[in-house]
Amino acid sequence: MAFEGLAERLQGTIQKIKGKGKVSEQDVKEMMREVRLALIEADVNLKVVKEFVKKVSERAVGVEVMKSLTPGQQVIKIVQDELVALMGGEQSPINFNNKPPTVIMMVGLQGAGKTTTTGKLANVLRKKYNRKPLLVAADIYRPAAIQQLQTLGKQLSIPVFALGNDVSPVEIARQALEQAKEEHHDVVIIDTAGRLHIDEQLMDELKNIKALKEPDEVFLVVDAMTGQDAVNVAQSFNETVGITGVVLTKLDGDTRGGAALSIRAVTDKPIKYVGMGEKMDALEPFHPDRMASRILGMGDVLSLIEKAQANVDMEKAKELEEKFMSQSFTFDDFIEQLQALKKMGPLDELLKMLPGANKIKGLDNVKVDEKQMGRIEAIIYSMTPAEKTNPDIINSSRKKRIATGSGTSIQEVNRLLKQFEDMKKMMKQMTGMAQGKGKKKMKLPGLDSLFK
Amino acid sequence: MSFFKRLKEKLMGSSAEEEKVQETDLKTNVEADSDVDLDDVKQEEIKESVEEIIEVIEEVEQPQEETIENTSNVEETMPAPVIEESADKKPSAWSITQKFKMGLAKTRDSFTSKVNDLVARYRKVDEDFFEELEELLLQADVGFETVMELMDKLRFEVQRKNIKDTEGIQAIISEKLVEIYEAGEENITELNMQPNGELTVILFVGVNGVGKTTTIGKLAHRLKSEGKSVVLAAGDTFRAGAIDQLQVWGDRVGCEVIKQSEGSDPAAVIYDAIAAAKKRGADVLICDTAGRLQNKVNLMKELEKVHRVISREIPDAPHEVLLALDATTGQNALVQAQTFKEATNVTGIVLTKLDGTAKGGIVLAIRNKLHIPVKFVGLGEKMDDLQPFDAERYVYGLFAEGLEKELEKLDD
Repeated sequence: MAFEGLAERLQGTIQKIKGKGKVSEQDVKEMMREVRLALIEADVNLKVVKEFVKKVSERAVGVEVMKSLTPGQQVIKIVQDELVALMGGEQSPINFNNKPPTVIMMVGLQGAGKTTTTGKLANVLRKKYNRKPLLVAADIYRPAAIQQLQTLGKQLSIPVFALGNDVSPVEIARQALEQAKEEHHDVVIIDTAGRLHIDEQLMDELKNIKALKEPDEVFLVVDAMTGQDAVNVAQSFNETVGITGVVLTKLDGDTRGGAALSIRAVTDKPIKYVGMGEKMDALEPFHPDRMASRILGMGDVLSLIEKAQANVDMEKAKELEEKFMSQSFTFDDFIEQLQALKKMGPLDELLKMLPGANKIKGLDNVKVDEKQMGRIEAIIYSMTPAEKTNPDIINSSRKKRIATGSGTSIQEVNRLLKQFEDMKKMMKQMTGMAQGKGKKKMKLPGLDSLFK
Repeated sequence: MSFFKRLKEKLMGSSAEEEKVQETDLKTNVEADSDVDLDDVKQEEIKESVEEIIEVIEEVEQPQEETIENTSNVEETMPAPVIEESADKKPSAWSITQKFKMGLAKTRDSFTSKVNDLVARYRKVDEDFFEELEELLLQADVGFETVMELMDKLRFEVQRKNIKDTEGIQAIISEKLVEIYEAGEENITELNMQPNGELTVILFVGVNGVGKTTTIGKLAHRLKSEGKSVVLAAGDTFRAGAIDQLQVWGDRVGCEVIKQSEGSDPAAVIYDAIAAAKKRGADVLICDTAGRLQNKVNLMKELEKVHRVISREIPDAPHEVLLALDATTGQNALVQAQTFKEATNVTGIVLTKLDGTAKGGIVLAIRNKLHIPVKFVGLGEKMDDLQPFDAERYVYGLFAEGLEKELEKLDD
């Protein structure tokens, strides 16, 4: 998970302060030292770190904290506020031109993931915005870059404009814009070659492409694993070409992604998308507020809810919620829930989004056993309808039958029954808490204990 | 042979830009009379080169003036040029001759005024100096832990030798950094090549977009120019266009590429390639693999399988497993190195994209903790832009350039 180390670190110090009644200047100092260290280790640029720590310290030390009733919370809030502020406040959408075609330019260093992102972006534009994009292969330098884009175009059934390696990128872009007009493409995405920000000749080329028709978006594509240099790269590209937004790629790795903070701080341009995998649908909008929550170890509950909503029938969910409340949750519901869960994606990723999940020891290494889910299903399917609705009637001879029927052991049946009981208990507590909030209905209490 | 010529050879091998250096060479040959032997102890070398450079600069600047005056000048300015060296020696390591020349010119232009500032600024080795150095190294992605280790060592050394001013401090910093890097081991940049007649297998691994395929092209070119026959295996069957990319490199370099269609099993491709390379009696087989993030368990298993297939076909193989590492990568590189090492027993690192502004300082920690040496550095997109790694020169570049920049700022 991105930023995990940062979250852990901050949590350690916050925990210390949380337990105290008051926060002394010394506490703030200590905490800020940790914050500084954590940010540096997370690859946030040193200068950005300094600025951040200074700002937070200024706000944290003194009146504001002292007057507050729960000083610990106050400090956490300040850190979070500043993190959100640094990462860009609200989420920002793509700017479309009122007069099509909208022109989007992809720029960045070599190997940042421009071509892949171009494909993903085209996919998003078509799926979510109902646009008709044209991809332009303007990387004439790297061997087979054009083929790469063409292959992606073929996979997505999106047209790719290419003139081979011998025509200048500026000319390619010019002709592509003409063709887009003729064929009524409302978005043109230009995939430029990767280049070093200090390569003046190639940077000029970008300026020339830009001069053809002022692009509506110039996206700087940056590898989330980038270290201190992210600042130099972002600054140079912003100054010479003028970027409008950032796409952070490879965020599905285990990097802490401090580059996100650095780039924001030096360019003041929003991060619009994040790349979360190699598949063509793995491009997600960037949520600064959520990322900040995640840094502070509050989990990524909102993302989880969104994921759940996309996959779960709302009516069914409501039904389920009522069952939680009335305590009439049965094994039938349980299995339904399991299946809905499976649809949401790999379990270990979902688990990591739960608040506090990063504190469960060894969760990083837990490979959630999907086979275990299969066994649970088998056990439940071996129950009679009566047993499913009323598990209390399951006595030892029934257990024996269930175990034989499902090809498992009595111990496994026992364990499932116990977990089911625990789960019901927890649900009782959860639903009590969640009343009026409504949003918690998608949570799956006791889930983690199932896979231990 | 003059120092510059030797330096040039070290830096470039034989390159297209030779004439440009030649110019510099001629100048220095005429004017600098002292021969510096690179095989000398490294410490000495740096000092000596400094002296020589000063001489050159002085003489270029004031060719008409009398020699006696020159000598006194040199003495006066001695402490500063140690830092100043960054201007003319270090950048050359990155983009070689051009910068080397430019640096020299720059030095010539603003030499006198700058020197005074330098001396004024960094006369003493004090906490401010350490702090500045610490920040420079952190910004080169060296990482907090390594920087702290260095600082402790430096403070101790400075105390032990009772060093008060900045003269010679750069050499000590370099020495200590190299010490951390090597961690008491020999510095090995040689590839583990098999004796003639036997096939050497080199496997490339790494995350996405670090430059594996490009590096393979460059390495193939390098090995070919050493007279080896090279076969390439297109093991990246996942990324769109990857096979074509390797094929283009194969055509450029002039070696055969063993490939299957996109989406086929990489282990099968490699298996075929080994058989083909054996049959053709090739000296070296270089295997490309798809980029993968190290936290993708399944993809790492796939890589383990590729590794297994190679070892099964040829015992002891792969003889080298090279991890391509992007110099712009931050602290995550350590995790990368560790995970890839666990999966495929990485034997060396190729630090790519070092021609940008990033330094890839994390390789120090990687070597220190995981004992994986850097074997090559990538300095550009051309065929001959792959150079053997030189630890001394590399660590020097980590801070020298930055130190100079700081000083330039002070000048403004």
